[in-house]
Amino acid sequence: MNRYAVAAIYKFEMARTKRTIFQSIISPVISTSLYFIVFGSAIGSRITEIGGISYGAFIVPGLIMLSLLTQSISNASFGIYFPKFTGTIYELLSAPISSFEVLLGYVGAAATKSILLALIILATAHFFVPLEIAHPFWMLFFLVMTAITFSLFGFIIGIWADNFEKLQVIPLIVITPLVFLGGTFYSVSMLPPFWQTVTEFNPVFYLISGFRWSFYEVSDVSLLTSFFVMSGFLTFCLLAVTWIFKSGYHIKQ
Amino acid sequence: MQPIIQITDVNKVYATGFKALNNINLSIKTAEIFALLGPNGAGKTTLISTICGIVDATSGKITVEGKDIVSDYRHTRALIGLVPQELTTDAFETVWATVSFSRGLFGKKPNPAFIEKTLKSLSLWDKKDNKMIELSGGMKRRVMIAKALSHEPKILFLDEPTAGVDVELRKDMWELVRQLRNDGVTIILTTHYIEEAEEIADRIGVIKNGQLILVEDKITLMNQLGKKQLILDLKEPLTEIPSTMADFNLQINNDGLQLVYSYDKTEEHTGISTLLQHLSTASIGFKDIKTDQSSLEDIFVSLVKETS
Repeated sequence: MNRYAVAAIYKFEMARTKRTIFQSIISPVISTSLYFIVFGSAIGSRITEIGGISYGAFIVPGLIMLSLLTQSISNASFGIYFPKFTGTIYELLSAPISSFEVLLGYVGAAATKSILLALIILATAHFFVPLEIAHPFWMLFFLVMTAITFSLFGFIIGIWADNFEKLQVIPLIVITPLVFLGGTFYSVSMLPPFWQTVTEFNPVFYLISGFRWSFYEVSDVSLLTSFFVMSGFLTFCLLAVTWIFKSGYHIKQ
Repeated sequence: MQPIIQITDVNKVYATGFKALNNINLSIKTAEIFALLGPNGAGKTTLISTICGIVDATSGKITVEGKDIVSDYRHTRALIGLVPQELTTDAFETVWATVSFSRGLFGKKPNPAFIEKTLKSLSLWDKKDNKMIELSGGMKRRVMIAKALSHEPKILFLDEPTAGVDVELRKDMWELVRQLRNDGVTIILTTHYIEEAEEIADRIGVIKNGQLILVEDKITLMNQLGKKQLILDLKEPLTEIPSTMADFNLQINNDGLQLVYSYDKTEEHTGISTLLQHLSTASIGFKDIKTDQSSLEDIFVSLVKETS
């Protein structure tokens, strides 16, 4: 294991976050706080409880997931796309480092950043809504696994993208709608039967459901189902990354 | 002595079908300066990129210190430093951070003293806290070299190292290259400046259309292929070469006011004294006489033309 190389990539990526603290941390915290203010404190007080939980508290896990998913993808995709764009990837390709170590550095840093952001948002939520975490271990487990899985997914997008537009297109037109329609703001049981069936095809729905369960022991599907869906997506991402490194897709000529 | 790099039957065909390398065989000796010359698109960068692991060879084998670059990539890549042709840098990183990053990436533990020494040797020490975006092109080029040297490589690839740099910096770099060679580092450079190869290289390789058309010791090459000329500035214009001198390789230039005699300097009898006697007999006077030797550039141009 080339641990110095993994550490170099990890530190390099974390340093980029430090340089862009407004974009990386402060901006997502502010935008999520606005959700807490509008839907939690203002409108939320006029909405009835869902499953015995106040609306403001109900949306917290979903909003954390929204930030976690988008930031994991954004951090990892930008992290690997930028060296491709500037040409500095030559250094990575000529270094004595394995594909796994490259992945460890980039995905590790991307996941760390989004987990930190999620924890900051969680702490911020305390200022706006009453919050409790019934199963802190499971909460952390879902947080870490989701961050790793979607950082891997972001890494794949970063490899696939050959311009900045492609880098943005998946998070904007796929991930954000999936999160919004995956039960962030409502329980799926509130939907008509047809849309309940449609929602079952949304993988993010299972993540939000499992994550919400770790807070309030309330969920739309069983914990086990959430766990299997997340593991399935993680496996898919790992297989895709393995193929990318074996084939040199969009990396090597 | 085992070559530090051994390239055997290497071919590279890109996905587009373009054959960039055509059966390349080459041995690089330890601590030599090897200059790879060739016109644009000849395959110089592809060859370097293949040895460094950036491009996969379609077939053939490359070893570094006897180890295969594919199966033993950790060992071989750790020995190599690469300065690419393009100034590809992380615009918002500081000089210190980007050079330290390179050292880590190549598996070396942090060594601030070595980074300091490297930056000082490249006159970059006072720029260590500057962001890359704030540096001039020449300074960026130095940083690229510092990055390549940061992990103390045994082999250094310099792909067009002095492209676009001023004369002073070019001479500084030549000095640095010589110093590195004296320290035991093997240098392989590609260049468009033939003058550069002539100045610093020990051996020359010429590549064209993906084929190595010549590999030779620089001095031997210049002796073997170099022509020498005797140039006479005549007092009166000469319309044709007298028949008594028809056996000499003569040429009339400059509206008949210059007579040029090309000869092989390696021959024991160059024919100069006989020619001068003939000129005297024919009453052809001259006011000045000088000699000229073909440069590596002339040799390179002639070689590339010959194979066209």
